[in-house]
Amino acid sequence: MRTISAHEITDAVARLCIEANRTLSPDMTNALANAKASEPWPVAKAALDTICENLTVAEQTGLPICQDTGMAVVFADIGQEVFIDGNFEQAVHDGVAKGYTEGFLRKSVVADPIRRGNTGDNTPAVIHTRLVPGDRLRLTVAPKGFGSENMSRIAMLKPAQGKEGVMDFIVETVRLAGPNPCPPIVVGVGIGGTFELCAMLAKRALLRGVDTRHPDPYYAEMEQTLLARINALGIGAQGFGGKTTALGLQIETYPTHIAGMPVAVNISCHVTRHKEAVL
Amino acid sequence: MQHRLTTPLTSEQTKQLKSGDTVLLSGVIYTARDAAHKRLCEALERGESLPLNLQNAVIYYAGPTPARPGEVIGSCGPTTSGRMDAYAPTLMHQGVIGMIGKGARNAEVVKAIKACGAVYFAAIGGAGAVMASCVKEAEVVCYDDLGSEAVRRLVVENMPLTVIIDSEGRNLYTDGPAQYLAACTEEETGL
Repeated sequence: MRTISAHEITDAVARLCIEANRTLSPDMTNALANAKASEPWPVAKAALDTICENLTVAEQTGLPICQDTGMAVVFADIGQEVFIDGNFEQAVHDGVAKGYTEGFLRKSVVADPIRRGNTGDNTPAVIHTRLVPGDRLRLTVAPKGFGSENMSRIAMLKPAQGKEGVMDFIVETVRLAGPNPCPPIVVGVGIGGTFELCAMLAKRALLRGVDTRHPDPYYAEMEQTLLARINALGIGAQGFGGKTTALGLQIETYPTHIAGMPVAVNISCHVTRHKEAVL
Repeated sequence: MQHRLTTPLTSEQTKQLKSGDTVLLSGVIYTARDAAHKRLCEALERGESLPLNLQNAVIYYAGPTPARPGEVIGSCGPTTSGRMDAYAPTLMHQGVIGMIGKGARNAEVVKAIKACGAVYFAAIGGAGAVMASCVKEAEVVCYDDLGSEAVRRLVVENMPLTVIIDSEGRNLYTDGPAQYLAACTEEETGL
């Protein structure tokens, strides 16, 4: 049994909130650099120039890459041999409050979805925990902006609609999103499970890295086909027209019910952020 | 075509702007997003005078991150404009001549843009750190309690913008992708 104190968790979450908002992971910066280098359409090229310049400015100045520093989505894989000394969820919320305050990040969370009212410190976080073997605690902070979150969709398709039905729904979601989610986008896809698990799979797919392929060749090929179909829409960077509408598309799957075929598409922007720490 | 413009904009100036043109904008602009738009329109409904002069004004749909000590503003890129569609025609009829944001607008907004000789610009979404470097002054004008969503008077210098919907209703979000795809098929890229 290893003991991890609540304040260690708070400090780690605070640090990850700040880091995630200032620098992207290498797979994202590489994908953006490649998109810029290969873009033939002048207005899209100019947009990608600014997007790449913005990453440099953010890193040099310590300013957040984007003013929508998101709602903090925190994934925690907790080793079953870990003893947490203190209140785990409160420790995570405290970390978000600390990170968003000390890091001069935007407070974008309202206390009630209908009655609104800013909570003032970007809490609460959205927390997803899993119990895993081992004596470590893996924390991933993924601040999620809502320009792209708002363009996400879920559908409970009929099994008869098959692979084509799934692919059409995904491409249609990107087409409907158009210029709104700050393309070039990242597309997280969940297929299977139940209604809520399907959405979670789509969210987790955004953490996988835009340079990765699904281990199952069937889905790896589907990812590539979908990416090609999406980029053939011609939406381009910022919706100005152009070659790269999506930087990556990742699929996560789970077994499902004989009567169903749920599909969730979580759209994320060119500032798809996630930082990880292992305690 | 690239233009250099200084606010307040006149309808003679906006008429010269064509969808797809780029603009370096300087002068005073005002930030306002969801909550501020709601309050402004509610004040108008009650017949109250507004806390800022909208005549020939440019509104920037943005909610910046807090300024760090010694700095003018934090990261301040555009937010998705479509959420302001319900309010934008009312504000254009009150004198707003330019809107800066990102993303699609509805038919009512396009109609008001044409009727008022206004223009809709996009700033690069997600480029908040670059946009911050264009902001030379920032002060809260009203609705301070809204925090990031308060109305701020910004003085900007050479803010890089793209004309999306011009005063004749042409729209880069429909024309741009269509022209790109047409150019692709012409010469199997040819670009």
